[in-house]
Amino acid sequence: MNYSSYIALIPLLPLAGFVLLGIFGRKYFNQASGIIGTGLLLISAILSVYTAYQYFFIDGKVGDTYQTITAFKFTWLTFSENVSIDMGIILDPISVMMLVVVTFVSLMVHIFSLGYMKGEERFATYFAFLGLFTFSMLGLVISSNLFQIYMFWELVGVSSYLLIGYYFNKPSAVAASKKAFIVTRFADLGFLIGILILAFYGESLDFKTIIANLSSQQSTQFAAITSASFVGISAITWGLTLVFMGGAGKSAMFPLHIWLPDAMEGPTPVSALIHAATMVVAGVFLVARLFPLFVINESALSVVRIIGVVSALFAAIIACTQTDIKRVLAYSTMSQIGYMMFALGVSGTGGEEGLGYSASMFHLFTHAFFKSLLFLGAGAVIHLVHSNDMKDMGGLRKLMPITHISFLIACLAISGVPPFAGFFSKEEILLAAYNSSMTVYAIALLTSGLTAFYMFRLYFSIFWNKTQNAESLEHNAHGEGTFSMKLPLILLAAATVLVGFIPFGTFVSSDGKALESHFHLMFSITPVAIGLAGIFLAMWMYKTENNKPQQVSTALGGLYKAAYGKFYIDEVYSFITKKIIFNFIGRPAAWIDKNIVDGMVNGTAAGTAKISSLIKGIQSGKVQNYALYFFAGIISLAIVFIYLWKQ
Amino acid sequence: MNEVPVTHILFVSTALFFIGMYGLFTRRNLITMLMSIELMLNSVNINFVAFNKYLYPQKLDGIFFTIFIITIAAAEAAVAIAIIINLYRSHHSIDVEDTTEMKY
Amino acid sequence: MTASQIIFYLISAFILSMGILSVTTRKIFRSAIWLLFSLIGVASLYFWMDVQFIAAVQIVVYVGGIVVLIIFSIFLTQQSGKEMAKAPLARTIAGALAVFFGFAFSYMLIYQYGFKPAEQPFDTNVARIGNAMLNVELGGYSLPFEVVSILLLAAMVGCIVIALKIKPEEK
Repeated sequence: MNYSSYIALIPLLPLAGFVLLGIFGRKYFNQASGIIGTGLLLISAILSVYTAYQYFFIDGKVGDTYQTITAFKFTWLTFSENVSIDMGIILDPISVMMLVVVTFVSLMVHIFSLGYMKGEERFATYFAFLGLFTFSMLGLVISSNLFQIYMFWELVGVSSYLLIGYYFNKPSAVAASKKAFIVTRFADLGFLIGILILAFYGESLDFKTIIANLSSQQSTQFAAITSASFVGISAITWGLTLVFMGGAGKSAMFPLHIWLPDAMEGPTPVSALIHAATMVVAGVFLVARLFPLFVINESALSVVRIIGVVSALFAAIIACTQTDIKRVLAYSTMSQIGYMMFALGVSGTGGEEGLGYSASMFHLFTHAFFKSLLFLGAGAVIHLVHSNDMKDMGGLRKLMPITHISFLIACLAISGVPPFAGFFSKEEILLAAYNSSMTVYAIALLTSGLTAFYMFRLYFSIFWNKTQNAESLEHNAHGEGTFSMKLPLILLAAATVLVGFIPFGTFVSSDGKALESHFHLMFSITPVAIGLAGIFLAMWMYKTENNKPQQVSTALGGLYKAAYGKFYIDEVYSFITKKIIFNFIGRPAAWIDKNIVDGMVNGTAAGTAKISSLIKGIQSGKVQNYALYFFAGIISLAIVFIYLWKQ
Repeated sequence: MNEVPVTHILFVSTALFFIGMYGLFTRRNLITMLMSIELMLNSVNINFVAFNKYLYPQKLDGIFFTIFIITIAAAEAAVAIAIIINLYRSHHSIDVEDTTEMKY
Repeated sequence: MTASQIIFYLISAFILSMGILSVTTRKIFRSAIWLLFSLIGVASLYFWMDVQFIAAVQIVVYVGGIVVLIIFSIFLTQQSGKEMAKAPLARTIAGALAVFFGFAFSYMLIYQYGFKPAEQPFDTNVARIGNAMLNVELGGYSLPFEVVSILLLAAMVGCIVIALKIKPEEK
């Protein structure tokens, strides 16, 4: 099947949207730019679904394994006969799945933004940036080459920076966009070093070749990379851990998570697209891409597992205390991505061992739908109430019925209540954890209870709680939002309900062969019970207005304060950068630059000027001085020629 | 005539030349500088005639050189005076220290 | 010590002393007069060297023309009465040193060079000079003669142009 004819269109259409709207949008299209951006993306989405249909159902399989198909390859830069940067497009199960996810969620966000961002002065710029982001993310998922994925990785970071800092008149937004960019850029330093290590030992930058070279135990490259070591840790562990550092930065894993809550300064549809469904899962995607290498290296895999599990629990605790609804959702995202990470971390490869891989990808798939639904719903609420804080909300269920129902569906999904999508994916993750390590399973179970609790705390605080708020808002509210804001909510809610029933393991698995997923009834009872317990606890505390939350928070005392202060990680970072790095590295470097480097250049110039001012006195304008110099020259020439220069 | 060796005549002309040069270096007045230049030109004339008389008496080259040098010196003195007069009109002084427009 | 030697030394002393006076005196008019005497001394040296034509030309052109011209220019620039300023001391010393060193160097070169005087008699009558000047064959000087005439014309025109007073246009 000739994929290359239309595959390249899928990322290029949003790019065309970016160029068109970026250059001409503000002057010529303005309000029509939303339609243009959405239209281009609709075509991309249709092409992605068609590709998925072609790949998964028609001819992706050879025998019983899904093949990695290279649809397009172009050699850009050759370093040696083995290592070269090729621009290429590969299709394998996870990339095709991501194509569908990214284009669908981006399309929903575009449609939602038509209503949400209406009346903005920089309407066209917003859609241009969205197009740039979609292009970068799509390019990332179909990259065939480590360096190409790094390029698109950075592009995604830039698009995120542009979109978070969209309201550039707000200093908090500017600071947040800088923070996001700098933290992810710092993580990308590790990513780059990891790429270099892997490329050096793997003797290639191409994914297929690197995996083939480094995963087979007999290859020379494998021997080389496992024997070389630095500070006692072998090179392959360094390479993979550093690559994971890049992924951890982008996916907001502990301790590089500090940018994600601040990134909520951007417009809410942006948060739905970037910081819930697509960009933040890039780290998970990267680990999945290099999974054959991770799985044979126990140390790197354990790093993935530990960081994933710690992030999941850490974020869940903090989310229980936050009052800004977008921040609750941000920490929830961090927690769910932690789930995906440790699911990869407990996975083996092949058959039942590889359940973690399929579960992680399945959770990525379902999470995209219900998390973007949650964010878009939050966006609709914020649009109505004009505030992000839970205290200003309450009793909104009668005012915005569609938002209410879709938000409820999403909350049920994320809490793992059947028959919604989240139940199926979470159950598979917990099963993989149970098969592998009891500690991980226990922590995961506790976290799912906390997840249910804080999500329903959020739900009840927004839609129930205060009853008098509804009447006061009804007088000066302008309704739930336009049709363009309701349509994505409906579509995403439908997806959340239906998607759980897809037998994901038959399509996406660690070795390409179909993995039958069984429904273990006895096993599923525990997570569902814990989820329901969390829901009822939240209902008891938050459904009606009371002072039980204050009682609990005073009872918990120090723990509550630490969790509310996000465990003071931001303060630690601030201390390290300001007191240590600025004072011991920044200031001396600046001093050297200003005084020594600049001083040398300025000193050369000043020295030249001084010498020239000394010499310029010769040109005094006095003829007799010139005559004297003239005569002196003649005499010296005469002496030289007559006495000294012996012919 | 040949009792005086040619080096004695050359001594005279060399001394006259350097006397003229001293005047050129030291005098502050443009007209006196011109006079010193005339002295130098005359010393060269003496040189030419002496060499013609002592070394090549059958030829006339030295004499003709002298004739032409005298002619050209006259022309040059005239032009120099014209320039001095023009300079006097703009500076109202013929002190060579006042004509330093070409200073840096 | 024959008479011609004595006469030569006297004339030389006259020339040099007048020259020194000309370059060192503070009054400009006297400087011109000392120059005049020095040039007359040079003319008498030409007489002694048996080139009467050159001596005559020297007196007519140099003494009668150039020195008179210099004196006129002294009057025109109203310099005749005052005392002239002295040069800065540094320049005086530098000039004296340069001149002394130059003279020593040149005379040493001259002294060490062995001049071989020719023994033939020196015959320069005016007819011979005139014939050579207008001779167009080899050894003739008619081309330099013509060139010098043109140069004199150019110098004349140039002097007039340079010294021309530009009248102001409106008054």
